[in-house]
Amino acid sequence: MKPVCIVNDNIITSLGFTTAENIAAIKNGTIGIRTVDDPDLYPSPVQLSLIETDQLFSKFAEVLQHYKKVSPAASFTRLEKMFIISIYDALKGQPMIAGNPRTLLVISTTKGNINLLENRHRTTFSHKRLYLWELGRMIQTFFGFVNTPLIISNACISGVVALMTASRFLQSGAYDHAVVAGGDIASEFVISGFQSFQALSPAPCKPFDLNRTGLSLGEGCGTMVLTAIPEKNEEPCITIAGAATSNDANHISGPSRTGQELSNAINEAMKQASLDPAAIDYISTHGTATLFNDEMESKAIELCSLLEVPVNSFKGYWGHTLGAAGLIESIAAISSLKDNILYRSAGFETLGVQAPLNVISAIRKDQINICLKTASGFGGCNAAIIFQKD
Amino acid sequence: MDELINQLKKEVIEQLNLEEISPDDINPDSPLFGEGLGLDSIDALELIVLLEKNYGIKIQDPKDGKKVFHSIRTMAEYITEHKK
Amino acid sequence: MADAMLPLYFRKINMDLLITSYCHLHDNKVIVNDRLFFYQENILKFADFIKSVYKQENVNYPKFYKMDPISKVGFLAAELVLKQTTIEGYHPEKVGVVLSNSSSSLDTDIAHNETIKNRSSYFPSPSVFVYTLPNIVIGEICIKNKIKGENVFLISETFNGKLLCDYVNELFINERVEACLCGWVEVMGNNCNALMVLVEHAGRKQNEGVPGFKFLPFNAENLNLIITLN
Repeated sequence: MKPVCIVNDNIITSLGFTTAENIAAIKNGTIGIRTVDDPDLYPSPVQLSLIETDQLFSKFAEVLQHYKKVSPAASFTRLEKMFIISIYDALKGQPMIAGNPRTLLVISTTKGNINLLENRHRTTFSHKRLYLWELGRMIQTFFGFVNTPLIISNACISGVVALMTASRFLQSGAYDHAVVAGGDIASEFVISGFQSFQALSPAPCKPFDLNRTGLSLGEGCGTMVLTAIPEKNEEPCITIAGAATSNDANHISGPSRTGQELSNAINEAMKQASLDPAAIDYISTHGTATLFNDEMESKAIELCSLLEVPVNSFKGYWGHTLGAAGLIESIAAISSLKDNILYRSAGFETLGVQAPLNVISAIRKDQINICLKTASGFGGCNAAIIFQKD
Repeated sequence: MDELINQLKKEVIEQLNLEEISPDDINPDSPLFGEGLGLDSIDALELIVLLEKNYGIKIQDPKDGKKVFHSIRTMAEYITEHKK
Repeated sequence: MADAMLPLYFRKINMDLLITSYCHLHDNKVIVNDRLFFYQENILKFADFIKSVYKQENVNYPKFYKMDPISKVGFLAAELVLKQTTIEGYHPEKVGVVLSNSSSSLDTDIAHNETIKNRSSYFPSPSVFVYTLPNIVIGEICIKNKIKGENVFLISETFNGKLLCDYVNELFINERVEACLCGWVEVMGNNCNALMVLVEHAGRKQNEGVPGFKFLPFNAENLNLIITLN
């Protein structure tokens, strides 16, 4: 099978508008989650990781300057702006990939333009923009992608599923390149829902910690450009070596009590990559900091004989970014592969899960060649993907 | 108290979409969770919303929920105690 | 999707995948494997229609009443597909579910939004919110049928048989599944349209089918045919 190489990427969160800015902030230990008191988002103060709106608008204006024939900035929603800035940055140096008929655009999102349900947006945008395929079409048209985008909405594993799907279609020879982008905004819709689940932490989230009290929501967007036909000078190449999804078949919101099904997905990804557990150097977990998710993940990691492997969760920095999470956390993990640096799992102090995980408590240098990324979500879904440095 | 118990039965059936269960099927002293009605963790959260919406009572500590939602009778007692 | 798919196309022929059971719910009508399972004129409300189908199907599953419209439709369609066949011979990890629709969970999103519209009666409901993701229907189907394999929810403007076929073919080619439920589950207000099919490998299928229904090759043309003809 053809190896699928990662060519370029972008992360947009409260910590910055490029992968480099985000990684620099993580290196410095900057936490993007803070108390937000905004009645447009929730009636009372809530912990959120938000992208700075003024900066978002000025970055978007910069991008628009390169696309003069496109409609004015006000005709794009907040989420569309995030996607466009992210894809634009990830395509820098190779903008021709967008117009190539052998390129597939994959979009991952859980809620799309869900804020358009709110009364204050009703007059500005058409109802049609609530449909995820219309969001996809806006992005496709902006950049001139030839093929209809493939849209994946599979709860919190969407980003990993998008990468897995793109990699399968590249390996089959159906396409040469893929642009995989995932994003979600912070909205009253989602905040009120998670609040009704009593899942939101009153302080910035603390994945795997003894004193964790739930998750923190964040907004974010990420893009990865993949190719099946890498140019010779694109070295060292980081590849997608294996990936799989599974379902708990247990409960629509509560994670499995055993971790068996996530471990099935991890084992399958390792099998595809022809790797045994000893080969895994690092795990970027889902780590939402809810009581049950972190417990389940630790059990799955134990079932896979991966307890000694260093693990972290990036959600302590930028919160749970839903449809973006699988992508931006994969990109952050890949930066660990590139730089041979393991980042501290923010919010973690004392181990608070039954299986003795090796949680990274301080930033350190380490030789990292192979990394595993996991994700789990509502509907009982789990996903695992392996990135390998050649 | 009996009136409140009967009213609660109806409200629980409606809020939790227990379509095939009638108020007479529910013994006010039987446990709501575990066997019987087949309720789960989402139903428990939904009962918290019911107390707030219909009776203006907020359960601050989710751990209290276990005692309060033991049975229809314990719910009725809690409401009587905390109603403003 | 691009048409330059020669390698995949060749493998597709060798795969020899079959639709071994199907169900189509649409316009107060339910067709299962070419036979009319349910039809009633003049049902105006989706809730009445789907409840009548549930009653006729005679599956005792009280959780059905807690589901949102998309989950109800997908759940019943899967029940009807699997009633005529069996997946018990497959390992749960080798059975997949690949579903799609146009409006994601918008129908239930509107319901959740209603609970937070007014600050004076602000009571978001966890049992509504949990269904504001399109893939929850996959979870419901997996729970009922003990399915633990690959699962994904795809969004397309209109029914896209080719997209479903390409995705499911990849799962079979990569040996991620040995059987797969796949289809379209769309509900908006009182309109619903759902297609559910079971895809199996011709050489490894678990049953010989029901009289009067011939297994169909699994391809976009046949999916389009079922969803438009019935």
